[in-house]
Amino acid sequence: MQTIDLSETGLRAMNKLLHAQSEDTNQTAWEIINPKGAHAIACGLNAPIEVTVKGSTGYYCAGMNQQATVNIHGSAGPGTGENIMSGKIVIEGDASQYLGATGHGGLIVVKGNASSRCGISMKGVNIVVQGNIGHMSAFMGQSGNLVVCGDAGDALGDSCYEARFFVRGKVKSLGADCEKKEMRKEHLTLLKSLLDEAGIDADPTEFTRYGSARNLYNFDVDNAGAY
Amino acid sequence: MNKYDPKGIPHTTPRQSATFTQDINSDIRRAAATGIYDIRGGGAKRKVPSFDDLLFMGASISRYPLEGYREKCETSVTIGGLHAENPIELDIPITIAGMSFGALSGPAKEALGRGASAAGTSTTTGDGGMTPEERGHSDKLVYQYLPSRYGMNPNDLRKADAIEIVVGQGAKPGGGGMLLGQKISDRVAEMRNLPKGIDQRSACRHPDWTGPDDLEIKILELREITGWKVPIYVKVAGARPYYDTTLAIKAGADAVVLDGMQGGTAATQDVFIEHVGQPTLAIVRPAVQALQDLGMHRKVQLILSGGIRSGADVAKAMALGADAVAIGTAALIALGDNDPKWEAEYNALGTTAGAYDDWHEGRDPAGITTQDPELQARFDPVEGGRRLRNYLKVMTLEAQTIARACGKNHLHNLEPEDLVALTMEAAAMAQVPLAGTNWYPGKPNTSF
Repeated sequence: MQTIDLSETGLRAMNKLLHAQSEDTNQTAWEIINPKGAHAIACGLNAPIEVTVKGSTGYYCAGMNQQATVNIHGSAGPGTGENIMSGKIVIEGDASQYLGATGHGGLIVVKGNASSRCGISMKGVNIVVQGNIGHMSAFMGQSGNLVVCGDAGDALGDSCYEARFFVRGKVKSLGADCEKKEMRKEHLTLLKSLLDEAGIDADPTEFTRYGSARNLYNFDVDNAGAY
Repeated sequence: MNKYDPKGIPHTTPRQSATFTQDINSDIRRAAATGIYDIRGGGAKRKVPSFDDLLFMGASISRYPLEGYREKCETSVTIGGLHAENPIELDIPITIAGMSFGALSGPAKEALGRGASAAGTSTTTGDGGMTPEERGHSDKLVYQYLPSRYGMNPNDLRKADAIEIVVGQGAKPGGGGMLLGQKISDRVAEMRNLPKGIDQRSACRHPDWTGPDDLEIKILELREITGWKVPIYVKVAGARPYYDTTLAIKAGADAVVLDGMQGGTAATQDVFIEHVGQPTLAIVRPAVQALQDLGMHRKVQLILSGGIRSGADVAKAMALGADAVAIGTAALIALGDNDPKWEAEYNALGTTAGAYDDWHEGRDPAGITTQDPELQARFDPVEGGRRLRNYLKVMTLEAQTIARACGKNHLHNLEPEDLVALTMEAAAMAQVPLAGTNWYPGKPNTSF
């Protein structure tokens, strides 16, 4: 285990060290102490390493992550895991707004709640939230899966494309062109695998699936009020 | 027409309304028939105060010129030296503005790279990501970081020579965009992670930050991911140039790209293009003032765009304080867009060469703003690149000609003092005197 004290090493030197890890590094376990809510911690990683941040983080922790696993032992600031390509991010506490924004792949797990715009413009990432999520989540979501074990706020999935949403609790309101969908066998299988990968014990049959009604896919003046 | 009716009473001359012009009436009829606003490409077509309203005075007894073919007039510019380990070094201060693969064909993007590289300047990606052809043919490639983040990935980000965070563009300050389904080929769809054939909306603001404080952190993140190696530009529309430039600098930008309302777009509402934003002439001085007030003029570079067409425009932008310019529409015309040789086909589309602006429909006869394989095949990227190089060289020679005539051995040495304005509006906007006077309209304590 390599330990970096962020308060002594500084952000630039710390990220440089993590970026220097290659595909076949044998230094695969890293611990960052004293993060004190700093921004851009462990962003841009691209190696099969596991980084554990002992405390809460600021904006864009693990942004654009590739391959790495990043554990946050605290709460995470805005834009955590933005544009994640692959790998895994696990947040033990709550996540602020824009979690996993535009993420292309990988998995983000939140043990607490996630704030507004969770999964905004998601492009393939899977996000599993054990608690609730805030308003305008998955706005313009293109692909990937958003799993919510609690409730969802206003305007879930507004203007979404092919992203799927699974919510166990209540949805305060659905956004434009988002509708309730049939939960078929393949969706139950998918949901179970996502919950298992996230390490969350929940019954897939208790969830409801939502997705795009596909009415706004091509501009139609009769739908102008929905835009 | 009869001048008198059968009773001998004179007719009045038929009189067109200045309010309800034939153009306006056609807009009304089109709206009534379709129920939707007009979408088009390009920038503002209305006449606005412009660089055409400025003149250089040239040298005389009080100023002496440089010999045109003997004495050097430098044109190079360095962009991004403030924070980046590897600033961009350009031979000429004329760059190619961001235009997306999707809006443009792959061969057209390749031609832009070829032409820009041959002329010693940079080109820029657009809303749709970086294509291998574009990277391969561009010696200096600026990677646009846009609200939609279509095609955005860290591998391409690290291949870029600079990053341009796009906050807005001159054609539509505060607006997003839409790439209509007919232009979504398999490749475009795959790059944007969306199904083929559906309209692709581009958001009007970034999904993971709002405001200048967030922007500062976003810039920090991008610098960390790219190891502080490449410059980071911030592109803003010419909406509130003083404050936007100030906030971009405060957020840590290496360069500010400022785009006036004549700047083109692939597609947006005509009403947006014509009624939102400010003319390029009006935005440059407030932006330069912001740079000067912060002690950052020539340290943070100002790249001006929006209707730049000639070396004269380049020289005027430089004289007003810009470090470089960017061209988009002019580059497309150099490639062959709106060429009269396709007049019959423009006519078939209900338009004429020079007026064709339905780039979003993907039926461009010149094969540039299309994803149709047959139309694309009309366009030769090698020849297109050569034409763009020639055009950039001519613009540079023109700007040098003017600078030498003003006695300047570098385009950056041109200054407002070299200029006069033909109209009061242009004088007030450019903050130069009205021609033939010592009067700076709008400036206190000056007189006619």
